[in-house]
Amino acid sequence: MEASATKAEPRRNPFSSPMARFIYKRVLTFIPIMLIMSLLIFIIIQLPPGDYLTTYIAGLKAEGQVVEEAEIAMLKEQFGLDQPWYVQYFKWIWNIITDFNFGYSFDFGRPVWPVIAEVLPMTIAVSLITMLFGYLVGIPLGIYSAVRQYSLGDYVLTFIGFLGMAMPNFLFAILLMYGTYIWTGTAFIGLYTEEILLAVNSGAMQWYHVLVHPDFWARMTIPILVMGTDGLCGTLRSMRAQMLDELGCQYVLAARAKGVSEARIIYKYCLRAALNPTVSGLSGMLSKIFNGSTISAIVLNLQIMGPRLYDALKAQDMYLAGTILLVMGFLIVLGTLLSDIVLAWLDPRIRFEGRSAD
Amino acid sequence: MTMQEKKALRAQQRAEKQRKKEESYYLASQWTLMARKLGRHHLARVSLVILAILYLSALFADFIAPSNLTAYNSKAQSLPPTQIHLFHEGEFIGPFVYESAWETKKMSVKEMQAAKKAAQEAGIPFSTKQIVTDTTTPHKLRLFVEGPAYKWLGLIESNIHLFGTESGVGVYLYGTDTMGRDLFSRLLLGSQVSLTIPFAGTAISFVLGILLGSISGYFGGKIDNVIQRVIEVLNSLPSLPLWMALSAAIPPNIPPVQMYLMITVILSLIGWTGLARVVRGKFMSLKNEDFVVAARLAGVSDMKIILKHLVPGFMSYLIVSLTMGIPGMIIGETSMSFLGLGIQAPATSWGVLLKEAQSVTNIAQNPWCLIPLIYVVIAVLAFNFLGDGMRDAADPYK
Repeated sequence: MEASATKAEPRRNPFSSPMARFIYKRVLTFIPIMLIMSLLIFIIIQLPPGDYLTTYIAGLKAEGQVVEEAEIAMLKEQFGLDQPWYVQYFKWIWNIITDFNFGYSFDFGRPVWPVIAEVLPMTIAVSLITMLFGYLVGIPLGIYSAVRQYSLGDYVLTFIGFLGMAMPNFLFAILLMYGTYIWTGTAFIGLYTEEILLAVNSGAMQWYHVLVHPDFWARMTIPILVMGTDGLCGTLRSMRAQMLDELGCQYVLAARAKGVSEARIIYKYCLRAALNPTVSGLSGMLSKIFNGSTISAIVLNLQIMGPRLYDALKAQDMYLAGTILLVMGFLIVLGTLLSDIVLAWLDPRIRFEGRSAD
Repeated sequence: MTMQEKKALRAQQRAEKQRKKEESYYLASQWTLMARKLGRHHLARVSLVILAILYLSALFADFIAPSNLTAYNSKAQSLPPTQIHLFHEGEFIGPFVYESAWETKKMSVKEMQAAKKAAQEAGIPFSTKQIVTDTTTPHKLRLFVEGPAYKWLGLIESNIHLFGTESGVGVYLYGTDTMGRDLFSRLLLGSQVSLTIPFAGTAISFVLGILLGSISGYFGGKIDNVIQRVIEVLNSLPSLPLWMALSAAIPPNIPPVQMYLMITVILSLIGWTGLARVVRGKFMSLKNEDFVVAARLAGVSDMKIILKHLVPGFMSYLIVSLTMGIPGMIIGETSMSFLGLGIQAPATSWGVLLKEAQSVTNIAQNPWCLIPLIYVVIAVLAFNFLGDGMRDAADPYK
């Protein structure tokens, strides 16, 4: 459109390299997305009728306690529940931006951030481990499946791939728990053994100590399998399809004719091009892990963010639920951003397209 | 007519047939060609048959199921699948069942202590109750027996069921649940919900996806930007809180039909984004084609260009992506009902049935409560394979 303007711009712009400009542009869109998301989250949490206080007061009344109107009014004012929702929303956002104050958890009786900070490192660790598992296993298997198309291994992998995508995560969790129960006599429930849990609660162990504990990894096997299988199978399927497309391309024929080794063709040329959709699916995978993990984490009784969100939503502990959603959303948007940057690095066309679209 | 003439005639007829066949191939519409290609895809064909069986049994569930949703037998709680026998006391008398029920064992204190000890050593919970099977009287299986009354599709009243026993002794093909209800019947009646919600939901997603996707792709610019951001935000939000918030907003005690519709709407409100992306991409690539520009110059309205010229052009792709979207909806409904956010009693669905599989101890004691899981996986797999076959069929380059 305004080609002349964009041509002159790069000289004065500090972000002169296309890559830096691309990152700068993507980071800018980050802010409005987070704002829209926070508003949407707030509306969603406010959607169910009633709020924490009404439930709480109803509970007190059911126990036969007398709650005075004045006391209710005081509590409402204290939590700002007497104001319309948009005022509450702006207060919440304002406090987050200016003060890093995410509000107060009614259910836990303390500020929201420490409640989340307890489980945040473990949540990120579990998600990252699951994601790595999905990629590190899915990509090689996908390549194998494509290179040995229609072999026995390919058929087996295709079948597993479809089965993994068809099986709801939480039911897979139940099956595995049942399996371990039958084989070992104890169901592997929760992330920590009693010993670790005691140490964590007394503060003797930090989350990074837990990460290197062998018992923790024994407990992690089922969660990794359960949450990772979905992503793994998706990666496997898309890697296979992409690799097959690439292997059918003319340049592969040309390279073969020139005597380039098969390994070089696959890893140097085809893989790089075939990785594209897998990388752009990174954010989708992240949100899949968060989504899928919530229900399976409830089933498996993992001490991560998902079950805490579920409880908070059930109890209408709105600031806690809202903040957890915000953090999850933030991580997913961050994942999208990272995957876009990696994509631009992988595929030069995308960097330059960003510039010409101005 | 001589032999030669006959031969020539036959050859002529053969040639005519061949020509007709070729003609029908060349004149066949895009849809006929797709159907032919689909028929050659083995997995898709098998899936189609499986889906047909599933849907037919859902359609005639009231008739096939020996029981209904509310009937229960307090003596038949958590019974394993009923065995069907053919020989009674060494004599062939056709298929029949024995009656099984929970009964309290009569025993002396000493016996009880011994049994307790044995149970402890074996590591199984001790109970004075046990399943007693009465093997003295066979109950013959009959076709078209009378049972609980139902109204098929809300139209035809009847009480004839496909199979059962004349004495009314329960035939539990898949065992019973913890309340003594027949799992097979509940599974079939539940499939009426579990298998139709995806279709209703997809229909709504379809309309939303085409509408917003085409607006986004056709007009581009600012509108496109806004719609794309909305999709991004919707995609980044975990679906669990959306389900929880939206299903908490459903008023309690509404009739099952309304509840069903509400849940469908919830699922499709989240599910339309993928389709919108596909539609948008197609529009972006088609909108500058000559025939579209020509139509625009000729003064055809935007809406008419979208609906008459563009949408039919990639309808096959849409149908493929719809088929691929159905499994997600099945799993979505199952998860919602599993968490108690979806269908509520007395109505049932596969997810509701799987609630029994929430605890490991329950599965260990009644492994047959996992049977609905097999149905979910089969239905999802079949739709996936069908979608795969359709994608291949819709691709003119393959």
